[in-house]
Amino acid sequence: MMAQLPGLGQFRRDKSAAVIASIVMGIVLAALPFLIGSGLGNSWLRIVDFAMLYIMLALGLNIVVGFAGLLDLGYIAFYAVGAYLYALLASPQFGLHYPVWLIIPAGAALAGFFGALLGAPTLRLRGDYLAIVTLGFGEIVRIFLNNLNAPINITNGPQGISGIDPLHFGGVTLAKPISFLGFTIPSLHAYYYLFLGLALFIVFVTIRLENSRIGRAWVAIREDEIAAKACGINTRNIKLLAFTMGASFGGVAGGLFAGFQGFVSPESFNLMESIMVLCMVVLGGMGNIPGVILGGVMLTILPEIFRHGAGPVQLALFGKILLDPEALRMLLFGLALIVVMLYRPAGLWPSTTRRREFKGESTTDVLKEGE
Amino acid sequence: MLEVTGLRVAYGGIQAVRGITFHINQGEMVALIGANGAGKTSTLKALSRLLDISGGSVRYCGKELSILPPHQLVSEGIAMVPEGRGVFPRMSIIENLQMGAYVRRDKDGIDADREHVFTLFPRLKERAHQLAGTLSGGEQQMLAIGRALMCRPKLLLLDEPSMGLAPLMVQKIFEVVRAVADKGMTVLLVEQNAKLALEVSQRGYVMESGEITLTDESARLLANPKVREAYLGE
Repeated sequence: MMAQLPGLGQFRRDKSAAVIASIVMGIVLAALPFLIGSGLGNSWLRIVDFAMLYIMLALGLNIVVGFAGLLDLGYIAFYAVGAYLYALLASPQFGLHYPVWLIIPAGAALAGFFGALLGAPTLRLRGDYLAIVTLGFGEIVRIFLNNLNAPINITNGPQGISGIDPLHFGGVTLAKPISFLGFTIPSLHAYYYLFLGLALFIVFVTIRLENSRIGRAWVAIREDEIAAKACGINTRNIKLLAFTMGASFGGVAGGLFAGFQGFVSPESFNLMESIMVLCMVVLGGMGNIPGVILGGVMLTILPEIFRHGAGPVQLALFGKILLDPEALRMLLFGLALIVVMLYRPAGLWPSTTRRREFKGESTTDVLKEGE
Repeated sequence: MLEVTGLRVAYGGIQAVRGITFHINQGEMVALIGANGAGKTSTLKALSRLLDISGGSVRYCGKELSILPPHQLVSEGIAMVPEGRGVFPRMSIIENLQMGAYVRRDKDGIDADREHVFTLFPRLKERAHQLAGTLSGGEQQMLAIGRALMCRPKLLLLDEPSMGLAPLMVQKIFEVVRAVADKGMTVLLVEQNAKLALEVSQRGYVMESGEITLTDESARLLANPKVREAYLGE
């Protein structure tokens, strides 16, 4: 009995530490838009709103790439499906104005269906071959969106669809400041809270999935597909499920994007975007949820810092702007990626397993850590 | 228990297994020996449905296996240890064993079976939380066999368990396989190491370019001059 007590106390302390940490985290997340809005201005708040969308995308792609180990280079297509479904069902394009609570789930479902559509013919492919097929798929979707303005105009082609209804619930629209119990919540703040709520929901779902039978089956397939089959895992269905689940997260984010932006065009869904989301997953720490979230935030914010910072820094250093900040932005960004991959090859915040593997720790250390 | 009739396996146009017929009785350990490329592994892969069967029938406890998808074999009580071990490298030993029990839901039974695997292979218990990828080849083979046992199979298919292992390790592994078989497990052992395989098994089949050329009790195969010359290096 006596021997058990310290352990129990430790457990209680850990638990209360976790509670305190989540409360602090909650306060910071709740106050964040006001801090950023008053300190840095609304353009930065917009960027933070986008960071939330990218977190959702990165978590969705993490299911496919991080958990199931299926390299997907066309993931942005599912984002496009969600965004265009919202745009078509809530804009003057067809004069339709369906409610948000109907379109977003429909977008998730349609994106999920497209996920299965991509997964079904590629079940036997892995690695490089799968990457090429998914890359093709992403481009096909984009090119379709670009050209579906003739003979019947559906997507309005390269001009895109504008005048999309902002996200709204009942009579409350998020495009205007919302008065609530004497408080006025500005539009960008309201979007922030909505996106944060949905991102947290997706985080919750992903954590539950990771620790489920399905999650373990995904990892088993990633590790060794033949052994997974030998364990009685229906690899076909489980892989399709990974594609479908991952795609549906992308569909949700896409719908939110369309409502937030008010405008969609095929331009927003090019290969570079797919690669960006993949970078978030890989750079953050493939398969590790906190890492992927960190990757999403970093890769949304970092290019913007370079964009806004490159001009003033040059002025201060040289007295004039030598290089166009726009051009410099991607250069610095690429450099940052290389540095991270060189010094933290497992990602910024890898899972314990991956960290062990990359460090090649001695077996005794690993034993202690596992105990 | 297992009745294979006229089994054919082909890779594209190349016939790897040309209509072989053999059977395994309940509780028996049968060895399938032969040189490289004789079609042993193809046979085993076809039985475990990792390869398509292009002809013939495989009946297991009266059921036709060739129409079942691979993942259902585990529920039928057939476990396979793939060639080249095939453990999940970035999972710990415990997690690997847990995956072996993927189709089971009886938590107590799973825990008991895991302890049983640990008594068979004490080495694995010592390293329960170590990543499987960091184990030695022999330990990985132990883990692969342990994982297969975790689904409580009635028939165990072993593909070249001695491949690439030190003689001492091979001996240990074969002792355990023998012990498992002595407790009533039916085992099909595919091996290149003919001497070892025939020493532990009751009956043997000799395979040569996709056909079974010889079959007998293992002890008599061991004494057979043809086998001695071709496979035992005498």
